[in-house]
Amino acid sequence: MGIRERLSGNEAVAYAMKQINPDVMGAYPITPSTEIPQYFSAYVDNGEVDTEFIAVESEHSAMSTCIGAQAAGVRAISATSSCGLCYMTEMLYVAASCRLPITLSVCCRALSGPINIHNDHSDAMGVRDAGWIMLFAETNQEAYDNYLQAMRIGEAVGLPIMVCQDGFITSHAIENIELVETDKVKAFVGQYRPKHYLLDPDESVSMGAFGMPAYYMEAKRQQAQAMIDAKDVIYKVGREFGEMTGRTYGLIEKYMMDDAKTAIVLIGSSAGTAKEAVRQLRAQGKKVGLIKVRAFRPFPSEELAEALKGVRAFAVMDKDDSYNAHCGPLFAETAAALYAAGVREPRGVNYIYGLGGRDVRVDSIKQVFAELDKIAATGYAGQTYRYLEVRE
Amino acid sequence: MSYSLKENVMRPERFAAGHRMCAGCGSPIAVRTVLRQLEPGDHAVVCSATSCLEVSTFMYPYTAWKDSFIHNAFENAAATLSGVETAYKALKKQGRLDDTYKFIAFGGDGGTYDIGFQSLSGAMERGHDLVYVCYDNEAYMNTGIQRSSSTPHFADTTTTPAGSVIPGKLQQKKNLTRIMVAHGIPYVAQTTFIGNFKDIAEKAHRAIYTPGPAFLNVMAPCPRGWRYPSEKLMQITKAAVESCVWPLYEVVEGKYILSYEPKNKLPVEEYLKLQGRFAHMFKPGNEWMIDQVQQEVDRNWQELLASCGK
Repeated sequence: MGIRERLSGNEAVAYAMKQINPDVMGAYPITPSTEIPQYFSAYVDNGEVDTEFIAVESEHSAMSTCIGAQAAGVRAISATSSCGLCYMTEMLYVAASCRLPITLSVCCRALSGPINIHNDHSDAMGVRDAGWIMLFAETNQEAYDNYLQAMRIGEAVGLPIMVCQDGFITSHAIENIELVETDKVKAFVGQYRPKHYLLDPDESVSMGAFGMPAYYMEAKRQQAQAMIDAKDVIYKVGREFGEMTGRTYGLIEKYMMDDAKTAIVLIGSSAGTAKEAVRQLRAQGKKVGLIKVRAFRPFPSEELAEALKGVRAFAVMDKDDSYNAHCGPLFAETAAALYAAGVREPRGVNYIYGLGGRDVRVDSIKQVFAELDKIAATGYAGQTYRYLEVRE
Repeated sequence: MSYSLKENVMRPERFAAGHRMCAGCGSPIAVRTVLRQLEPGDHAVVCSATSCLEVSTFMYPYTAWKDSFIHNAFENAAATLSGVETAYKALKKQGRLDDTYKFIAFGGDGGTYDIGFQSLSGAMERGHDLVYVCYDNEAYMNTGIQRSSSTPHFADTTTTPAGSVIPGKLQQKKNLTRIMVAHGIPYVAQTTFIGNFKDIAEKAHRAIYTPGPAFLNVMAPCPRGWRYPSEKLMQITKAAVESCVWPLYEVVEGKYILSYEPKNKLPVEEYLKLQGRFAHMFKPGNEWMIDQVQQEVDRNWQELLASCGK
């Protein structure tokens, strides 16, 4: 049985870091992730962890120090949000291509401009093609649980991993949470044993090569394979975590989807609101369901196609926009997944919602289901690129 | 132990032959000389900023680096190496590593004076035990000779072409060495290739074996960008030192020490005339440019002498 606590998402992640006791943290302040290095610095300065904390002068250097440290042969971590993640972007690609399983905690926040400190997914979605595994949490419990699983997943395939939660909504809200005993955490996460690393006295290595056309594409193909391989690893680690805690994880979570005729697909904390909407509508006899995407990278294409093939209409809700005059990234990839799997029947629409912290209420979700009812009845989706609850 | 060039060059090479740097380039000479100052039993981790040096020495599947080496990006060699150095500290503290490692970063002036300046400043301020070596060739040579903040006044580069209205670069060279001194780090030195390489060798050794951060600024001419025949490399570095364009000095715990004072300070023409990038300054009517450079060099030299208590 775990330890019952009440923690904010940031406290929970910092506590997970403390239990894991990684070797190096390089971090720079930004709202709303700042609390994580803040809490962690206290652990460092009070001798509760062995970690060396590098208070860098920018997020770019935060990720650069993580790359150096992980390449040197140790576990490196960081935390950031919003513009900080943007500023790291160049280095995120290098971390992935150098196959360094760095763990980055992201408290998702809107991007400028207008400058805004509240939650949406523009920051994480902006780096979705950087080659990182990306897990998203609905609750503080999931933020904590995902963090405990992250290193196992990243290290198994040699890819860096982002553990995302919703800024303020989970990062600052205090919830009941069940913590895992530290000895169990340590046994679960295990030791980091890289095959090749800079500080190996028996072998010099060169890392970060200049890759000309004769070799570049093979390097990228191997990177792509690692992401493909990550799917099975996420399931395996999620199952083992379930055996330890009773909380099992996969790539997606299906909520009342078995006989659903309409469904919503979304990411993150809004799943909690959507679940309440589903419960209320189910009580009225409506066959509605929810799919929460936990792993955005690797993308759960088969899982989504399988889950959606029986519905008449679905809405993919993007807490971000691609500004392509067409749709957000979650809709684009969901539609591609259905098309690739030969699933043609369900009508799908895309809602851009919750940008810059715009509140998402149970009624907001019910409004989307009401629209889906109409689409299911007529078989006509109409405008598929929609903004939810916006003054126009 | 007194310095001997013969003894020094007999040490095992840590930077292999066969890399693709140009003949007559100062950068690989700086690298070889600095790495030779490592004590034979010590390991090193070398980091290079993206540069001519990086793309010419680690083109997959070949590497010229016998020690462990990491290239990350253009602007973050100092931050990257500070991560490596911190990992070393972590392993040492946990008793997981017995061997001794030293940490040396190389960057060109673009990667050091300009785009990598923030990363460098941060790493120096944080006090990591590493050496940052700038091989200063005074422009973005890897991308084709564009001006940097290290490019000297009036130099003809591809983004400051000596035109009919604007005569080359309008600004003076940034004095990075003094900016690094202002960080209050234990060791800063300015050097280049002179005579039997005693100056650079001894400074590199001190930089590597002084605990804490150290910065070495090495004038490393580029035959393509400076436009000189490759065999004239050391004639140019000598003229730079004798004219006080590039004075040799070190700053130990904040104390300035002049390494060399020319007996007869050469006029700057003697340095400028060796290089095609300054050729337009010698055209009739442009004498004012040379005069102005002479004034600037004189002022910098007087300031340095004053700092050295002379």
